[in-house]
Amino acid sequence: MASNEEILAGLAEIVNEETGLAPESVEMDKSFTDDLDIDSISMMTIVVNAEEKFGVRIPDEEVKNLKTVGDAVTFISGAQA
Amino acid sequence: MPRKVVITGLGATTPIGGDVPTMWANALTGVSGARTIEADWVQKYELPVTFAAQIATGASEVLSRVESKRMDPSTQFAVVAAREAWRDSGIEEVDKDRLAVAFATGIGGVWTLLDAWDTLREKGPRRVLPMTVPMLMPNGPAAAVSLDLGARAGAHTPVSACASGTEALHQGLELIRSGKADVVMCGGAEAAIHPMPIAAFASMQALSRRNSEPELASRPYDTDRDGFVMGEGAGALVIEAEEHALARGARIYAELAGTSVTADAYHITAPDPEGLGATRALKAALFDARAQAEDVVHVNAHATSTPVGDKPEYTALNAALGAHLDQVAVSATKSQTGHLLGASGAMEAIMTVLALHERKAPVTINLDNQDPEIPLDIVTAPRDLPAGDVVALSNSFGFGGHNAVIVLRNV
Repeated sequence: MASNEEILAGLAEIVNEETGLAPESVEMDKSFTDDLDIDSISMMTIVVNAEEKFGVRIPDEEVKNLKTVGDAVTFISGAQA
Repeated sequence: MPRKVVITGLGATTPIGGDVPTMWANALTGVSGARTIEADWVQKYELPVTFAAQIATGASEVLSRVESKRMDPSTQFAVVAAREAWRDSGIEEVDKDRLAVAFATGIGGVWTLLDAWDTLREKGPRRVLPMTVPMLMPNGPAAAVSLDLGARAGAHTPVSACASGTEALHQGLELIRSGKADVVMCGGAEAAIHPMPIAAFASMQALSRRNSEPELASRPYDTDRDGFVMGEGAGALVIEAEEHALARGARIYAELAGTSVTADAYHITAPDPEGLGATRALKAALFDARAQAEDVVHVNAHATSTPVGDKPEYTALNAALGAHLDQVAVSATKSQTGHLLGASGAMEAIMTVLALHERKAPVTINLDNQDPEIPLDIVTAPRDLPAGDVVALSNSFGFGGHNAVIVLRNV
């Protein structure tokens, strides 16, 4: 079980790896598309890498609900519980 | 009269140089790009061939990490070469609707394809990444170059095995002559030094097995030649309607005067021993260039160093150029670079452009005992080419019976 801070840090690492964005720019209230400019292919790559990193399953139909980084952290945290 | 087309920009990443100036300096000196492959998979799979001619400068030294992640190595090489060619052309402003791409590959994104297959088998379908398809598709290099340049007049991918790179120039010339584009980024890219293609080419007895002496393995026209050496990399050439180049005061390397593509329809891999398809390609390319056999001073031969492949090219050159062939300086640069498959034609076109531009023929290494059945005048030491109005040829032939020839004229 990872804390929300740990999940955020892990996600920031994955986003950085995929897009080159600085990890500190990946904040809870940031929108993946509007703020971080992440396209759908990158988003799916991030989802697949997050599944492996956190040992969770993020169903395809759930991905469209993950608008902000905080949404993803909350979902992953809940899925780990 | 068709529109005249000229070459104004060159770029390359090759086993003998990570850019054109380095490659060309080495090509005139004579070096080998072949080395033992330092990868665990050589031993793991007990490959019968343990060496290749890998690129001299890794693409990751030129591209950003994020760019590289979204590109198969073949596309990375294409983008590296195309950026150099674009800078070299000095083009600052161009109508992007009149800018096209013709970027070839022989095999496509084989690393991506097989890595994804391994992932599927080991971790299941969920782990196969969403960028897999755009990375493995053979039009990946052309698409990435189009995206990088903003080229919107079409992005084409000739695929004709080892003739692909030369066919890209053929396609580019047609695009400009037909009025569909004013500028075309032509080229070829290949990144197939992977255990599967090595095993497959070795299985068909196409590769040299000189594992203990990689640098001596690529030896076109030598009596001890025993196969080609796998190479990798990319070559890119900016070709341009002459009036477009003149209007912007461009530096012009040479005229792309004529091209031809023919098919043997003889055998899926073996070249026609009489070289009939290659002869037709040579004659048609000269005709297309409004050139005579007597105008030819230099040929960059396909010459891969296979026992069966080198001779039919000589037969074809003899049939197309006749007695004048004795006065033609022939270079087999694959002796240095190995065989870049779908990229070889583009890289060799660059060598031929520079040979004409600087009147210097690149050298052929490892020719110790010339095959008596191939009495060509082969350039083995630096040699000046004659002055005056002349043409030079570059030949490429591919599995499938593809023959492609370009004719370059000095300007």
